[in-house]
Amino acid sequence: MNRRDFLKNTVKGVAGLGISAAAIEFINPKDLLANINSDNAKARWAFLVNTYKCVGCGFCVKACKQENEIPYDANVTRTWVERYVITKEGKRYADTPKGGRDGFITTKIEMGKDKFQEVKDEDIQKAFFVPKLCNQCENPPCVQVCPVGATYQAPDGVVLVDRTWCIGCGYCIMGCPYGVRFFHPKYHTAEKCNFCYHRISKGLKTACVQACPFGARQIGNIKDPNDPITKIILTERVGILKEEFGTKPQVFYIGLDREVK
Amino acid sequence: MKNHVFRPLLAVIGLVVIVLIIRVFYVPKDFGVHERGYMYGWYREGNIEEWKTQVKVKYQGKEYCAGCHADKVAAIDKTPHAIIQCENCHGPANDAIADHPSEQRPKLTIDKTRGQCLRCHSKLHYPSSGRDKIRGIDPDKHNPDIECVMCHNPHKPSLEGLK
Repeated sequence: MNRRDFLKNTVKGVAGLGISAAAIEFINPKDLLANINSDNAKARWAFLVNTYKCVGCGFCVKACKQENEIPYDANVTRTWVERYVITKEGKRYADTPKGGRDGFITTKIEMGKDKFQEVKDEDIQKAFFVPKLCNQCENPPCVQVCPVGATYQAPDGVVLVDRTWCIGCGYCIMGCPYGVRFFHPKYHTAEKCNFCYHRISKGLKTACVQACPFGARQIGNIKDPNDPITKIILTERVGILKEEFGTKPQVFYIGLDREVK
Repeated sequence: MKNHVFRPLLAVIGLVVIVLIIRVFYVPKDFGVHERGYMYGWYREGNIEEWKTQVKVKYQGKEYCAGCHADKVAAIDKTPHAIIQCENCHGPANDAIADHPSEQRPKLTIDKTRGQCLRCHSKLHYPSSGRDKIRGIDPDKHNPDIECVMCHNPHKPSLEGLK
Protein backbone atom coordinates (compact mmCIF):
# COMPACT_ATOMS: atom_id res chain seq x y z
CA MET A 1 0.00 0.00 0.00
CA ASN A 2 1.40 3.38 -0.95
CA ARG A 3 0.83 6.61 0.86
CA ARG A 4 -1.92 7.76 -1.59
CA ASP A 5 -3.96 4.56 -1.09
CA PHE A 6 -3.51 4.71 2.68
CA LEU A 7 -4.88 8.27 2.88
CA LYS A 8 -7.80 7.42 0.54
CA ASN A 9 -8.82 4.40 2.62
CA THR A 10 -8.52 6.35 5.86
CA VAL A 11 -10.84 9.07 4.55
CA LYS A 12 -13.33 6.42 3.37
CA GLY A 13 -13.17 4.63 6.68
CA VAL A 14 -13.75 7.75 8.76
CA ALA A 15 -16.63 8.77 6.48
CA GLY A 16 -18.13 5.31 6.84
CA LEU A 17 -17.95 5.53 10.64
CA GLY A 18 -19.82 8.82 10.47
CA ILE A 19 -22.97 7.17 9.08
CA SER A 20 -25.34 6.50 11.90
CA ALA A 21 -26.17 2.89 12.60
CA ALA A 22 -29.82 3.59 11.80
CA ALA A 23 -29.00 4.53 8.21
CA ILE A 24 -27.55 1.15 7.35
CA GLU A 25 -30.18 -0.81 9.29
CA PHE A 26 -32.64 -2.37 6.89
CA ILE A 27 -36.32 -2.10 7.73
CA ASN A 28 -37.62 -5.56 8.37
CA PRO A 29 -41.06 -5.74 6.69
CA LYS A 30 -42.16 -8.38 9.19
CA ASP A 31 -41.43 -6.08 12.16
CA LEU A 32 -43.18 -3.19 10.47
CA LEU A 33 -46.28 -5.25 9.75
CA ALA A 34 -46.35 -6.53 13.32
CA ASN A 35 -46.22 -2.96 14.60
CA ILE A 36 -49.08 -1.86 12.37
CA ASN A 37 -51.12 -4.88 13.33
CA SER A 38 -50.59 -4.30 17.03
CA ASP A 39 -51.71 -0.69 16.59
CA ASN A 40 -54.81 -2.01 14.90
CA ALA A 41 -55.39 -4.61 17.61
CA LYS A 42 -59.05 -4.48 18.49
CA ALA A 43 -58.62 -4.29 22.23
CA ARG A 44 -56.37 -2.90 24.97
CA TRP A 45 -58.04 -3.70 28.24
CA ALA A 46 -57.98 -1.13 31.01
CA PHE A 47 -59.56 -1.06 34.44
CA LEU A 48 -61.18 1.75 36.35
CA VAL A 49 -61.61 1.73 40.13
CA ASN A 50 -63.73 4.31 41.89
CA THR A 51 -62.59 4.30 45.51
CA TYR A 52 -65.44 6.60 46.58
CA LYS A 53 -67.93 3.89 45.65
CA CYS A 54 -66.11 0.96 47.26
CA VAL A 55 -67.66 -0.05 50.60
CA GLY A 56 -65.32 -2.94 51.36
CA CYS A 57 -67.91 -5.72 51.03
CA GLY A 58 -65.37 -8.05 49.45
CA PHE A 59 -67.81 -9.67 47.01
CA CYS A 60 -65.22 -9.04 44.29
CA VAL A 61 -62.57 -11.08 46.10
CA LYS A 62 -65.01 -13.90 46.81
CA ALA A 63 -66.15 -14.04 43.20
CA CYS A 64 -62.59 -13.82 41.86
CA LYS A 65 -61.35 -16.71 43.97
CA GLN A 66 -64.20 -18.97 42.88
CA GLU A 67 -64.18 -17.93 39.24
CA ASN A 68 -60.44 -18.39 38.86
CA GLU A 69 -60.13 -21.54 40.98
CA ILE A 70 -57.84 -20.10 43.63
CA PRO A 71 -58.12 -22.35 46.73
CA TYR A 72 -60.66 -20.49 48.84
CA ASP A 73 -58.99 -20.76 52.23
CA ALA A 74 -55.40 -20.30 51.07
CA ASN A 75 -54.19 -16.83 51.98
CA VAL A 76 -53.50 -15.84 48.38
CA THR A 77 -55.76 -13.98 46.02
CA ARG A 78 -55.61 -12.38 42.57
CA THR A 79 -57.45 -9.28 43.73
CA TRP A 80 -57.86 -7.84 47.17
CA VAL A 81 -59.31 -4.84 48.99
CA GLU A 82 -57.25 -2.65 51.31
CA ARG A 83 -58.67 -0.50 54.08
CA TYR A 84 -56.99 2.79 54.96
CA VAL A 85 -57.77 4.68 58.13
CA ILE A 86 -56.00 8.00 58.67
CA THR A 87 -56.38 9.58 62.08
CA LYS A 88 -56.56 13.25 62.95
CA GLU A 89 -53.04 12.91 64.41
CA GLY A 90 -51.84 11.86 60.96
CA LYS A 91 -51.30 8.18 61.74
CA ARG A 92 -52.02 5.77 58.91
CA TYR A 93 -53.43 2.31 59.49
CA ALA A 94 -54.00 -0.14 56.67
CA ASP A 95 -55.12 -3.74 56.57
CA THR A 96 -56.57 -6.38 54.29
CA PRO A 97 -57.74 -9.36 56.38
CA LYS A 98 -57.83 -12.45 54.11
CA GLY A 99 -57.50 -10.00 51.22
CA GLY A 100 -60.91 -8.64 52.15
CA ARG A 101 -62.55 -11.90 51.05
CA ASP A 102 -65.09 -11.75 53.89
CA GLY A 103 -65.46 -7.99 53.81
CA PHE A 104 -64.67 -5.55 56.58
CA ILE A 105 -67.13 -6.23 59.37
CA THR A 106 -65.34 -4.66 62.33
CA THR A 107 -63.78 -1.32 63.24
CA LYS A 108 -60.71 -3.18 64.49
CA ILE A 109 -57.78 -2.87 62.12
CA GLU A 110 -55.55 -5.91 61.73
CA MET A 111 -51.94 -5.07 62.63
CA GLY A 112 -50.25 -8.41 62.09
CA LYS A 113 -51.22 -11.79 63.46
CA ASP A 114 -53.83 -11.55 66.24
CA LYS A 115 -52.96 -7.89 66.86
CA PHE A 116 -55.69 -5.35 66.36
CA GLN A 117 -55.87 -1.58 66.49
CA GLU A 118 -59.08 0.09 67.48
CA VAL A 119 -59.59 3.60 66.10
CA LYS A 120 -62.45 5.61 67.58
CA ASP A 121 -64.89 7.15 65.10
CA GLU A 122 -64.15 10.67 66.35
CA ASP A 123 -60.39 10.21 65.74
CA ILE A 124 -60.83 9.32 62.06
CA GLN A 125 -59.76 12.03 59.63
CA LYS A 126 -60.46 9.95 56.55
CA ALA A 127 -61.06 6.29 55.89
CA PHE A 128 -61.70 4.43 52.68
CA PHE A 129 -61.23 1.20 50.76
CA VAL A 130 -58.96 0.59 47.80
CA PRO A 131 -59.41 -2.49 45.61
CA LYS A 132 -56.19 -3.76 44.07
CA LEU A 133 -55.49 -6.08 41.17
CA CYS A 134 -52.91 -6.61 38.44
CA ASN A 135 -52.18 -3.35 36.64
CA GLN A 136 -51.50 -5.11 33.30
CA CYS A 137 -48.62 -2.66 32.87
CA GLU A 138 -47.60 -1.46 29.43
CA ASN A 139 -44.01 -2.12 30.53
CA PRO A 140 -44.42 -5.11 32.83
CA PRO A 141 -41.29 -5.73 34.93
CA CYS A 142 -42.53 -9.23 35.77
CA VAL A 143 -42.31 -10.16 32.08
CA GLN A 144 -38.84 -8.68 31.68
CA VAL A 145 -37.40 -10.86 34.42
CA CYS A 146 -38.93 -14.18 33.32
CA PRO A 147 -35.97 -16.31 32.20
CA VAL A 148 -38.02 -18.85 30.21
CA GLY A 149 -40.70 -16.83 28.40
CA ALA A 150 -43.48 -18.24 30.57
CA THR A 151 -45.07 -14.89 31.30
CA TYR A 152 -45.78 -12.46 28.53
CA GLN A 153 -47.97 -9.68 27.32
CA ALA A 154 -50.77 -10.77 25.01
CA PRO A 155 -51.53 -8.48 22.02
CA ASP A 156 -54.47 -6.96 23.93
CA GLY A 157 -52.20 -5.87 26.77
CA VAL A 158 -53.08 -8.52 29.34
CA VAL A 159 -50.11 -10.18 31.03
CA LEU A 160 -50.58 -13.95 31.12
CA VAL A 161 -48.70 -16.85 32.69
CA ASP A 162 -48.09 -20.05 30.73
CA ARG A 163 -48.48 -22.71 33.43
CA THR A 164 -46.89 -25.43 31.32
CA TRP A 165 -43.82 -23.28 30.73
CA CYS A 166 -43.33 -21.69 34.19
CA ILE A 167 -40.41 -23.22 36.13
CA GLY A 168 -41.44 -21.61 39.43
CA CYS A 169 -38.30 -19.54 39.96
CA GLY A 170 -40.28 -16.69 41.51
CA TYR A 171 -38.38 -13.82 39.83
CA CYS A 172 -41.66 -12.30 38.62
CA ILE A 173 -43.12 -12.40 42.13
CA MET A 174 -40.10 -10.43 43.36
CA GLY A 175 -40.14 -8.17 40.30
CA CYS A 176 -43.71 -6.92 40.55
CA PRO A 177 -43.75 -3.55 42.34
CA TYR A 178 -47.44 -4.00 43.15
CA GLY A 179 -47.15 -7.42 44.78
CA VAL A 180 -49.93 -8.93 42.71
CA ARG A 181 -48.17 -12.20 41.96
CA PHE A 182 -48.00 -15.36 44.06
CA PHE A 183 -47.53 -19.09 43.66
CA HIS A 184 -50.68 -21.04 42.91
CA PRO A 185 -51.00 -23.49 45.83
CA LYS A 186 -52.10 -26.30 43.52
CA TYR A 187 -50.13 -25.79 40.30
CA HIS A 188 -46.98 -24.38 41.97
CA THR A 189 -46.56 -21.90 39.16
CA ALA A 190 -46.70 -18.10 39.18
CA GLU A 191 -50.25 -16.84 39.38
CA LYS A 192 -51.80 -13.44 38.80
CA CYS A 193 -54.93 -11.57 37.84
CA ASN A 194 -55.50 -11.73 34.10
CA PHE A 195 -58.68 -9.62 33.95
CA CYS A 196 -60.62 -12.94 33.78
CA TYR A 197 -59.20 -13.59 30.33
CA HIS A 198 -61.67 -16.41 29.68
CA ARG A 199 -64.54 -13.97 30.34
CA ILE A 200 -63.41 -10.76 28.63
CA SER A 201 -62.53 -12.68 25.47
CA LYS A 202 -66.15 -13.90 25.37
CA GLY A 203 -67.53 -10.37 25.81
CA LEU A 204 -68.35 -10.85 29.48
CA LYS A 205 -67.27 -8.58 32.32
CA THR A 206 -64.66 -9.84 34.78
CA ALA A 207 -66.03 -11.73 37.80
CA CYS A 208 -65.09 -8.90 40.17
CA VAL A 209 -66.74 -6.23 38.01
CA GLN A 210 -69.91 -8.30 37.79
CA ALA A 211 -69.97 -9.06 41.52
CA CYS A 212 -69.47 -5.43 42.61
CA PRO A 213 -72.89 -4.08 43.66
CA PHE A 214 -71.73 -0.46 43.69
CA GLY A 215 -70.00 -0.07 40.34
CA ALA A 216 -66.68 0.61 42.02
CA ARG A 217 -64.92 -1.63 39.51
CA GLN A 218 -65.24 -1.27 35.76
CA ILE A 219 -63.39 -2.64 32.77
CA GLY A 220 -63.14 -1.13 29.32
CA ASN A 221 -61.28 -1.16 26.04
CA ILE A 222 -59.15 1.96 25.65
CA LYS A 223 -58.75 1.34 21.92
CA ASP A 224 -62.47 2.00 21.53
CA PRO A 225 -63.13 5.74 21.80
CA ASN A 226 -66.86 5.15 22.34
CA ASP A 227 -66.32 2.90 25.34
CA PRO A 228 -67.85 4.67 28.40
CA ILE A 229 -64.90 3.61 30.59
CA THR A 230 -62.42 4.95 28.03
CA LYS A 231 -64.27 8.27 28.08
CA ILE A 232 -63.97 8.49 31.86
CA ILE A 233 -60.27 7.61 31.80
CA LEU A 234 -59.59 10.18 29.09
CA THR A 235 -61.70 13.05 30.42
CA GLU A 236 -61.72 12.74 34.20
CA ARG A 237 -59.00 13.02 36.82
CA VAL A 238 -57.66 9.56 37.34
CA GLY A 239 -54.57 8.36 39.16
CA ILE A 240 -52.29 5.35 38.84
CA LEU A 241 -50.24 3.47 41.41
CA LYS A 242 -46.46 3.92 41.70
CA GLU A 243 -46.07 6.07 38.61
CA GLU A 244 -42.38 6.57 39.43
CA PHE A 245 -41.61 2.97 38.46
CA GLY A 246 -42.35 3.74 34.81
CA THR A 247 -44.41 0.60 34.40
CA LYS A 248 -47.36 2.47 32.82
CA PRO A 249 -50.11 0.67 34.74
CA GLN A 250 -53.48 0.27 33.04
CA VAL A 251 -55.58 0.24 36.20
CA PHE A 252 -56.83 3.76 36.83
CA TYR A 253 -58.15 5.05 40.13
CA ILE A 254 -60.66 7.76 40.93
CA GLY A 255 -60.11 9.23 44.39
CA LEU A 256 -56.59 7.95 44.94
CA ASP A 257 -54.86 9.26 48.05
CA ARG A 258 -51.14 9.83 48.66
CA GLU A 259 -51.45 7.52 51.66
CA VAL A 260 -52.23 4.62 49.32
CA LYS A 261 -49.12 2.55 48.85
CA MET B 1 -3.69 -30.06 17.86
CA LYS B 2 -2.73 -32.43 20.63
CA ASN B 3 -5.01 -35.37 21.28
CA HIS B 4 -5.74 -34.53 24.94
CA VAL B 5 -7.16 -31.15 23.84
CA PHE B 6 -9.00 -32.44 20.80
CA ARG B 7 -10.94 -35.26 22.45
CA PRO B 8 -12.73 -33.26 25.19
CA LEU B 9 -13.42 -30.54 22.62
CA LEU B 10 -15.19 -33.12 20.45
CA ALA B 11 -17.19 -34.25 23.48
CA VAL B 12 -18.27 -30.68 24.19
CA ILE B 13 -19.24 -30.07 20.56
CA GLY B 14 -21.17 -33.35 20.58
CA LEU B 15 -23.03 -32.32 23.71
CA VAL B 16 -23.96 -28.95 22.20
CA VAL B 17 -25.26 -30.67 19.06
CA ILE B 18 -27.35 -33.09 21.16
CA VAL B 19 -28.86 -30.21 23.15
CA LEU B 20 -29.64 -28.34 19.93
CA ILE B 21 -31.34 -31.44 18.49
CA ILE B 22 -33.43 -31.96 21.65
CA ARG B 23 -34.34 -28.27 21.55
CA VAL B 24 -35.78 -28.58 18.04
CA PHE B 25 -38.21 -31.26 19.22
CA TYR B 26 -38.91 -29.92 22.71
CA VAL B 27 -39.64 -26.25 22.00
CA PRO B 28 -43.13 -25.85 20.50
CA LYS B 29 -43.37 -24.40 16.99
CA ASP B 30 -45.38 -21.37 18.16
CA PHE B 31 -42.83 -20.45 20.82
CA GLY B 32 -40.85 -17.40 19.89
CA VAL B 33 -40.68 -13.64 19.68
CA HIS B 34 -44.00 -11.95 18.94
CA GLU B 35 -45.28 -8.38 18.46
CA ARG B 36 -43.79 -6.75 21.54
CA GLY B 37 -40.33 -8.06 20.84
CA TYR B 38 -37.98 -10.14 22.90
CA MET B 39 -38.51 -8.24 26.15
CA TYR B 40 -42.29 -8.52 26.47
CA GLY B 41 -43.40 -10.76 23.62
CA TRP B 42 -41.33 -13.93 23.97
CA TYR B 43 -43.83 -16.71 24.57
CA ARG B 44 -45.82 -19.72 23.35
CA GLU B 45 -48.69 -18.32 21.31
CA GLY B 46 -50.99 -21.29 21.89
CA ASN B 47 -51.21 -20.39 25.56
CA ILE B 48 -53.44 -17.38 24.77
CA GLU B 49 -56.06 -19.74 23.33
CA GLU B 50 -55.66 -22.06 26.32
CA TRP B 51 -56.51 -19.24 28.72
CA LYS B 52 -59.50 -18.26 26.62
CA THR B 53 -61.00 -21.72 26.39
CA GLN B 54 -59.79 -23.91 29.23
CA VAL B 55 -61.12 -21.90 32.16
CA LYS B 56 -64.86 -22.32 32.73
CA VAL B 57 -67.13 -19.37 33.32
CA LYS B 58 -68.78 -19.87 36.72
CA TYR B 59 -70.56 -16.61 37.48
CA GLN B 60 -73.32 -16.21 34.91
CA GLY B 61 -74.93 -12.96 36.05
CA LYS B 62 -78.39 -11.86 37.02
CA GLU B 63 -79.85 -12.05 33.50
CA TYR B 64 -79.02 -15.74 33.39
CA CYS B 65 -80.94 -16.32 36.66
CA ALA B 66 -83.85 -14.29 35.30
CA GLY B 67 -84.13 -16.81 32.46
CA CYS B 68 -86.01 -19.13 34.83
CA HIS B 69 -86.61 -17.08 37.99
CA ALA B 70 -88.00 -13.95 36.35
CA ASP B 71 -90.52 -13.41 39.19
CA LYS B 72 -87.82 -13.49 41.89
CA VAL B 73 -85.58 -11.11 39.95
CA ALA B 74 -88.47 -8.73 39.27
CA ALA B 75 -89.41 -8.72 42.97
CA ILE B 76 -85.88 -7.97 44.20
CA ASP B 77 -85.46 -5.31 41.52
CA LYS B 78 -87.99 -3.18 43.42
CA THR B 79 -85.77 -3.14 46.52
CA PRO B 80 -82.40 -1.52 47.30
CA HIS B 81 -80.86 -5.02 47.06
CA ALA B 82 -81.45 -4.93 43.28
CA ILE B 83 -77.79 -3.92 42.86
CA ILE B 84 -76.58 -7.21 44.35
CA GLN B 85 -75.98 -10.11 41.98
CA CYS B 86 -78.01 -13.24 42.80
CA GLU B 87 -74.81 -15.28 42.74
CA ASN B 88 -73.19 -13.15 45.45
CA CYS B 89 -75.36 -14.97 47.99
CA HIS B 90 -76.60 -18.02 46.09
CA GLY B 91 -73.16 -19.02 44.82
CA PRO B 92 -71.90 -19.29 41.24
CA ALA B 93 -74.47 -20.80 38.88
CA ASN B 94 -71.90 -22.74 36.83
CA ASP B 95 -72.72 -23.98 33.35
CA ALA B 96 -72.59 -27.48 34.79
CA ILE B 97 -75.75 -26.93 36.80
CA ALA B 98 -77.78 -25.93 33.77
CA ASP B 99 -76.50 -29.01 31.92
CA HIS B 100 -78.05 -31.40 34.45
CA PRO B 101 -81.65 -32.57 34.09
CA SER B 102 -83.70 -30.77 36.74
CA GLU B 103 -84.11 -33.73 39.14
CA GLN B 104 -80.34 -34.42 39.33
CA ARG B 105 -79.33 -30.79 39.43
CA PRO B 106 -76.91 -30.07 42.28
CA LYS B 107 -78.21 -27.52 44.80
CA LEU B 108 -76.52 -24.17 45.08
CA THR B 109 -75.08 -23.42 48.49
CA ILE B 110 -76.75 -20.27 49.74
CA ASP B 111 -74.76 -18.11 52.11
CA LYS B 112 -77.23 -17.13 54.84
CA THR B 113 -74.63 -16.33 57.47
CA ARG B 114 -74.48 -13.19 59.55
CA GLY B 115 -71.09 -12.43 58.01
CA GLN B 116 -72.65 -12.19 54.58
CA CYS B 117 -74.95 -9.34 55.67
CA LEU B 118 -72.28 -7.66 57.76
CA ARG B 119 -70.07 -7.22 54.68
CA CYS B 120 -72.08 -4.07 54.04
CA HIS B 121 -74.31 -3.59 57.09
CA SER B 122 -71.73 -3.58 59.87
CA LYS B 123 -71.65 0.16 60.50
CA LEU B 124 -68.33 1.81 59.76
CA HIS B 125 -68.24 5.58 59.99
CA TYR B 126 -65.77 6.09 57.18
CA PRO B 127 -66.08 9.54 55.68
CA SER B 128 -65.28 9.77 51.94
CA SER B 129 -66.23 6.13 51.50
CA GLY B 130 -69.56 4.79 50.25
CA ARG B 131 -69.71 2.61 53.34
CA ASP B 132 -70.69 5.61 55.47
CA LYS B 133 -73.99 5.98 53.61
CA ILE B 134 -75.18 2.39 54.09
CA ARG B 135 -77.54 1.72 56.99
CA GLY B 136 -75.73 -0.50 59.44
CA ILE B 137 -75.60 -1.99 62.90
CA ASP B 138 -72.98 -2.67 65.53
CA PRO B 139 -72.65 -6.47 65.21
CA ASP B 140 -71.64 -6.79 68.87
CA LYS B 141 -74.82 -5.10 70.10
CA HIS B 142 -77.55 -5.91 67.57
CA ASN B 143 -78.76 -9.45 68.43
CA PRO B 144 -75.24 -10.93 68.29
CA ASP B 145 -76.30 -14.56 68.71
CA ILE B 146 -78.80 -15.02 65.91
CA GLU B 147 -78.65 -14.97 62.14
CA CYS B 148 -79.94 -11.85 60.39
CA VAL B 149 -82.27 -13.92 58.21
CA MET B 150 -84.22 -15.01 61.33
CA CYS B 151 -85.93 -11.59 61.24
CA HIS B 152 -84.91 -9.88 57.99
CA ASN B 153 -85.76 -10.99 54.48
CA PRO B 154 -82.84 -10.22 52.17
CA HIS B 155 -85.19 -10.23 49.17
CA LYS B 156 -87.32 -7.57 50.88
CA PRO B 157 -84.87 -5.68 53.07
CA SER B 158 -87.17 -2.81 54.08
CA LEU B 159 -88.51 -2.90 57.63
CA GLU B 160 -91.94 -3.87 56.29
CA GLY B 161 -90.31 -7.07 55.09
CA LEU B 162 -89.52 -8.13 58.67
CA LYS B 163 -90.63 -11.67 59.34
